[in-house]
Amino acid sequence: MNGVHDMGGMDGFGKVEPEPNEPVFHAHWEERVLAMVRAMGAAGAFNIDTSRFYRETLPPHVYLSSSYYKKWFLGLEEMLIEKGYLTREEVAAGHAMQPGKALKHGKFDLTQVERIMVRGKFARPAPAPAKFDIGDRVRAKNIHPVTHTRLPRYVRGHVGVVELNHGCHVFPDTAAMERGEHPQWLYTVVFEGRDLWGEDGDPTLKVSIDAFEPYLDPA
Amino acid sequence: MSEHHHDHDHDHSELSETELRVRALETILTEKGYVEPAALDAIIQAYETKIGPHNGARVVAKAWTDPAFKKALLEDGSKAIGTLGHVSRVGDHLVVVENTPERHNMVVCTLCSCYPWEMLGLPPVWYKAAPYRSRAVKDPRGVLADFDVTLPKDMEIRVWDSTAETRFLVLPMRPAGTEGWSEEQLAELVTRDSMIGTGFPRTPGAPS
Repeated sequence: MNGVHDMGGMDGFGKVEPEPNEPVFHAHWEERVLAMVRAMGAAGAFNIDTSRFYRETLPPHVYLSSSYYKKWFLGLEEMLIEKGYLTREEVAAGHAMQPGKALKHGKFDLTQVERIMVRGKFARPAPAPAKFDIGDRVRAKNIHPVTHTRLPRYVRGHVGVVELNHGCHVFPDTAAMERGEHPQWLYTVVFEGRDLWGEDGDPTLKVSIDAFEPYLDPA
Repeated sequence: MSEHHHDHDHDHSELSETELRVRALETILTEKGYVEPAALDAIIQAYETKIGPHNGARVVAKAWTDPAFKKALLEDGSKAIGTLGHVSRVGDHLVVVENTPERHNMVVCTLCSCYPWEMLGLPPVWYKAAPYRSRAVKDPRGVLADFDVTLPKDMEIRVWDSTAETRFLVLPMRPAGTEGWSEEQLAELVTRDSMIGTGFPRTPGAPS
């Protein structure tokens, strides 16, 4: 979806502000939100793409005015309600009012912690040979799905070169919408800065994205 | 100190509301039998104590001292780090990109906040915020100026937008004046930002 989350190339957000000696968390509740998202994801309530989609669908003014973990919290709460793991009445009451729904991987308890400290695997067997080779010129498709996609707006319609082939991976566009993994070849595609940003762009800049095969046409 | 400096988490009404809502959600998830609070505590503790830029720093220092490891690391980051065992367990598809005198690498996630957690810990706020995400792909030299970092005018700058489940770690250039240093000494010079590409390693002898 063409949401405010797709920020590459936008102007007006001001300077980057590094924080000296930044703590891991800035408030206790941030820790709990991070842990709940990781735990419920690991228990099988949702996949990583779905959780991203729920953050992206926050209204633009909410997205832009909420801190990072506030966005995580708002996305988590809404997602768990819509997937039937809790109800709006329970959220309003602050307590469970009916039994829980079964989780794909069961309750998240202490024995599960170790396994989530390593990233999950997203590589899958290839259903078909790769369409592109290293060095091929490709054009990012001009697509504007209203659902989840990982093709940022700033490259759409532009020509780049395939630099790396990462194998076949879970396709976020379908996984996020719970329409299956549909593994796709994943490539690093590199674009010239001036192709993206015009003649005033930095001539020394190259930008790459990791693009799933359905995002690309031969060029 | 004036009275305005107490803990904002407690005297700012909006944050208080968030705290209450977060607490309520955890209560519900616990009562429904989805999560065990002690398991949440353990996740938090791991991110606060075990996972952090010291993991990435050890990998970088190893690459600076061991050419065979460096070659393997650049070919397949996850596999090479897996052979170290003691550093950190690392998931699939970590891509390590090398800074050279000709090319500087910088990592961003314009769409959300993808970041090599196992190597660097949880990302800093600026990495997840709009100014960095919006500008890194268009005006990386302007972004670097916000970090007081300047690159030679003709140096290529390569920005890696982490749009999939691949993760990127920058291998910075080894500082001059470190000949004969041990891996442990070198690791002390490797900053988090130097592995994101928004900084350089510390200079030997400079205050940290």
